[in-house]
Amino acid sequence: MTTRRTNLTPYLLVAPALVFMAIFFAYPMVEAFGLAFRDNDTGALTLSYFQKMVSDVQFQPALTTTLLLIVILIPIQFAVALAMALLVNAKLKGASLFLYIYAIPLAVSELAAGIVWFNIFTNNGFLNSLLVQSGLIERPFLFLSYQNQGWLILAVVLAEAWRATSIIMVILVSGLQSIPSDYLEAAEVFGADQFRKITKVILPLLRPSLQVALILRTILAFQVFGVALAVAGTGISLLAGEAYKWYYTIRNPNVAAAYASVILILSIASTVVFLVGLRSKNGEAL
Amino acid sequence: MKGLKLSRVLTYVGAVLMALWILVPIWLIAVSAFSTRQGIFDFPKALLPNPFSADTMSFFLGATNVLPSAGRSVVVAIITIVISSVIGAPAGYALARFNFRGRDVFRLVIVSTRAFPIVILSIPIAVAYIQLGINDNVFSLALMHCALALPFTVLVTSSVFAGVPRDLEEAAETLGCSPLQAFMRVVLPLALPGLAAATLFTFVLSWNEVFASVILTSRNRTLPALLVAQLDESPLNYKYAGGFFLLAPSMVFMLFIRKYLFTLWGRVSR
Repeated sequence: MTTRRTNLTPYLLVAPALVFMAIFFAYPMVEAFGLAFRDNDTGALTLSYFQKMVSDVQFQPALTTTLLLIVILIPIQFAVALAMALLVNAKLKGASLFLYIYAIPLAVSELAAGIVWFNIFTNNGFLNSLLVQSGLIERPFLFLSYQNQGWLILAVVLAEAWRATSIIMVILVSGLQSIPSDYLEAAEVFGADQFRKITKVILPLLRPSLQVALILRTILAFQVFGVALAVAGTGISLLAGEAYKWYYTIRNPNVAAAYASVILILSIASTVVFLVGLRSKNGEAL
Repeated sequence: MKGLKLSRVLTYVGAVLMALWILVPIWLIAVSAFSTRQGIFDFPKALLPNPFSADTMSFFLGATNVLPSAGRSVVVAIITIVISSVIGAPAGYALARFNFRGRDVFRLVIVSTRAFPIVILSIPIAVAYIQLGINDNVFSLALMHCALALPFTVLVTSSVFAGVPRDLEEAAETLGCSPLQAFMRVVLPLALPGLAAATLFTFVLSWNEVFASVILTSRNRTLPALLVAQLDESPLNYKYAGGFFLLAPSMVFMLFIRKYLFTLWGRVSR
């Protein structure tokens, strides 16, 4: 601002938000490690809660399934989100209606999304109805049975992809809108077809948006909870579900916090990987 | 020319298919929620409720704890809106109007807390709440939801205020308004639609939130917490009606907040 002296007003305006974030972000983050690594009674550093978590029979499956879920989920979501974003951006009639429809799941609760897909995959659900009516199978297939881990994971993947792709779509659409139309026109002049325009012009320019979406999406995927619980019940274990179980059912906040710190560490690690791995060649930041 | 038209048609087909991918599951849960109890257990299922019936919904809404929990969800959401607006809107205004040292850092902190894992926050907070004796009440849960909502409130309000021309505010001050008066009489009325959208967004965030809600409450459940805690033992009709009841407001809300989606999630690279 032009001739203003150091003005205290903005700091006073920002202060309440900063104080609140210190209490509700910084404190719990530090305290998650405190609960996980300090003895409840003596306060001394201990690995016992962590060991208890690791030696629990559900830990290994929870970790593997969470990672597997992410590895399957994210490519699907990015493919769908990119398709949606390109469609929204294709100047169709009714583009704003399509945008609205594609964005609906953004406001749908993870629990509701889980129930929506449970309704489809359960024994007497719509998928089995379709398969039986079309004569593909004779009797309903138990997609959501504990024995069919593959189907359980696939059902959770579909439910989560349905629910949480909108957010990526929105990020990509706004990335697309910031691409100058001259670039695409230039590509056309030089004879690029639609496919080449996407791979040679759009995707490289979309990299910052893709990076942000990838980071956000991966962090959120580490805490898939309501969807999985509603679709698969206790049929599959995921890290967030285990944290809930240890806190709520077993009533051991320390082991629950150990799970929370695993999620935190994985979130930070994946963020770093995406920041470094997707860095543009000239080294510009986000 | 013909090829161009064909690709146009294919684009429409693609757009419609994507729309169906979103809409068909919503349609199916609505079918289940408006079937009779018998209809829900029927197999194979029809794509229309046969007969159409409000029994399932009214069974759900009449079940013990459902309406009180839904009411509590609304109360938590309203407290969340009030607190996050009182705390977040001034910060948003500061981001929009002042060029202070540390502004970019503050903005970065806000942007990067948008996706903060609630799982990590809620367990330590739950332990602290119990020690302080403030667990299991709507106000404490609302504070936790504020932590989720605050980054969004700050970003939306900042873009809303940035959209109100500064000249107007200065003109009001020249005409003898104090800065506060200028804000109240000039900026606020112009910013109102955007602020309303931010409010709705916060409502959706709080209404949908499951993990913290179920961890931080025991007797005073919000609706998602109640549904999650009973998931194992609840009958199908209860589950479907509950799912639909949770989902229904989101379709309406999205109509109002879609304009601001790009403010929330777009332009992240700046």
